[in-house]
Amino acid sequence: MIKIVKRDQPSRAIFFFTPVLAIILTLVAGGLIFFILGFKPFEALKFFFIVPIADKYGFSELLLKATPLCLIAIGLSFCFKSNNWNIGAEGQLTFGAIVSGGVALLFYEQEGFYILPTVILAGAIGGMLYASIPAILKTYFNTNEILVSLMLVYVSKLILDYLVVGPWSNPEGFNFPETRQFSDSAKLPLLFEGLRIHAGIFLALAAVVISWFIFYKTYLGFQMKVSGFSLKTAKYAGYKGKKMIILVFLISGACAGLAGVGEITGPIGQLHREISPDYGFTAIIVAFLGRLHPVGIIFASLVVAITYLGAETAQIFMQIPKYTGQVFQGMILFFLLASDYLLFFKIKFIGLKK
Amino acid sequence: MIIDINFIGLIIASIMASAVPLILASCGELITERSGVLNLGVEGMMIIGAISGFALMTVTGSLIIAIFGAMLAGVLISTIFAFLTQTLITNHVATGLALTIFGIGISAMIGKNFVGIPGKEFPVLFEGLKDTIPLLGPILFGHSIVFYFAFALPFITSYFLKKTKIGLIVRAVGDSPESASNQGINVRLVRYACILYGGAMSGLAGAYLSMIYTPQWIENMTGGRGWIALALVVFSTWNPIKILIGAMIFGGLTIIQFHMQAIGVRIPVQFLTALPYIVTIIVLVVISRDSRKIRLSTPSSLGKSFHKDN
Repeated sequence: MIKIVKRDQPSRAIFFFTPVLAIILTLVAGGLIFFILGFKPFEALKFFFIVPIADKYGFSELLLKATPLCLIAIGLSFCFKSNNWNIGAEGQLTFGAIVSGGVALLFYEQEGFYILPTVILAGAIGGMLYASIPAILKTYFNTNEILVSLMLVYVSKLILDYLVVGPWSNPEGFNFPETRQFSDSAKLPLLFEGLRIHAGIFLALAAVVISWFIFYKTYLGFQMKVSGFSLKTAKYAGYKGKKMIILVFLISGACAGLAGVGEITGPIGQLHREISPDYGFTAIIVAFLGRLHPVGIIFASLVVAITYLGAETAQIFMQIPKYTGQVFQGMILFFLLASDYLLFFKIKFIGLKK
Repeated sequence: MIIDINFIGLIIASIMASAVPLILASCGELITERSGVLNLGVEGMMIIGAISGFALMTVTGSLIIAIFGAMLAGVLISTIFAFLTQTLITNHVATGLALTIFGIGISAMIGKNFVGIPGKEFPVLFEGLKDTIPLLGPILFGHSIVFYFAFALPFITSYFLKKTKIGLIVRAVGDSPESASNQGINVRLVRYACILYGGAMSGLAGAYLSMIYTPQWIENMTGGRGWIALALVVFSTWNPIKILIGAMIFGGLTIIQFHMQAIGVRIPVQFLTALPYIVTIIVLVVISRDSRKIRLSTPSSLGKSFHKDN
């Protein structure tokens, strides 16, 4: 017989083991889905998870996709740790890209060392501005941040669409919905000849280090942890709740905005309609899969980035629809949440020996 | 300029038609939330309903199978949410988000083979009576059965919550699961039922979109309606009758946007399309400002897990 027993304390070992379990379960379930769709499961999984990263180019693509995911997820972990449900990172990414793209266009055909830092800063500020809307509405008008931040995603994409087909569209662009190419001084340098991986990865790594420091070495990190654990306790301890809500939203917005900068000033070098394949939403999964821990998020962003690449490869080689990537992402989160049950409960097999 | 009175009737009818999916999904989610569960997966359940309805209609040719099949699909997908949040006690927000991401992915995967296939005509009721009464004729007659059901649903939901014993149990579970449990009510069972019901209504809302409102399958065709439905529940302060008002406002915004584009008003299309989302934010701000009122009307245990120790 099976008996379920509550643990006295959440298990620390299982805390880091369940993400791995979730990935394994996702692979099993994914194989099953491929089988139902009429594909050979092992072959499909191989095309999905191994072929895309088997060479130098693939590995560079993996890092390229993992960079924005990691950056955004680091930002989101500030919000999620302190119980603020910012799910509109996609909008903050888009708005950050709009602002930094606008600044980059101001420097059209100009060169100078100061241009790139200005463009990057503009992106961070754009993301912060956009994230401040749900934060301010939450703190001063008691408005649900989930719905506001999400609605703003749709609004940001429409603003971008308006700009690239309208006032900002390339005058010599034959009416394509895109802006002019940014000048070379406004672009993040590529790291290797022939590969698309660019200097944006250093922004992500810096975010990892800084966030680790804030989480574990500062008073702010401690306050966030307490507020996430119990708002009442935080209030009792006299923490300035409103200030913190705004702060975590700003950090998270800045990270998403920087991810937006990376997307447009990296290999693409211009603003166009679709700058992000829903990185902002996928990063929510990355944040959870990484256990809201900076190092965990690095691993999680690599794992989830494979689902993007795998979906593309599987589509080309096996005509598997590319949305399978999203299905995998949803499943990872389902399985992760489900296996968290093991954190709090033990499953005991009793009565086997009689 | 002479404005044809029946034309006004037609515009009002089209506003009502675009309000239908919002009413259905919101009324479903309202019951779920009244039992204390916050399901953010409405968008995902809706899109699953949309593809299931359309696919079943194309494959079987039966509208009845398609409509009920879409509801069943909504129930099945919400079962995942119910199992996770109620049995495995996961976080409602995260689980709902996973449901939406998963739903959008699965629907696009299934829908790949159904892009570009024309839909079927859905039968309407009382077509002949449309011209008998000026203004009211086009408003009252000539709609699908789902349309009439949607406009009856807020009243049924209100009656159910206020006047029936089961409705009372649902509210008790949402407001105080501990005392409900002490009274011998199976909290988990009630919540399971409310989540599945919400799934069925979201599924129906999706099927209405793909089978009746714009009879075809387009990827991501719900376009945020699931999220607006969630906002409507807050707007209504958990009162089903007010959902009707809110849904009409949003339906109106959608329709006015089309007409303004048709007349050639010189406002960028993107701004008009963004209007429903911006108005949702403004409305949420106005409603939520009175924090006391929100606190009084929100189901007390909303979004909190309940676990009875064995």
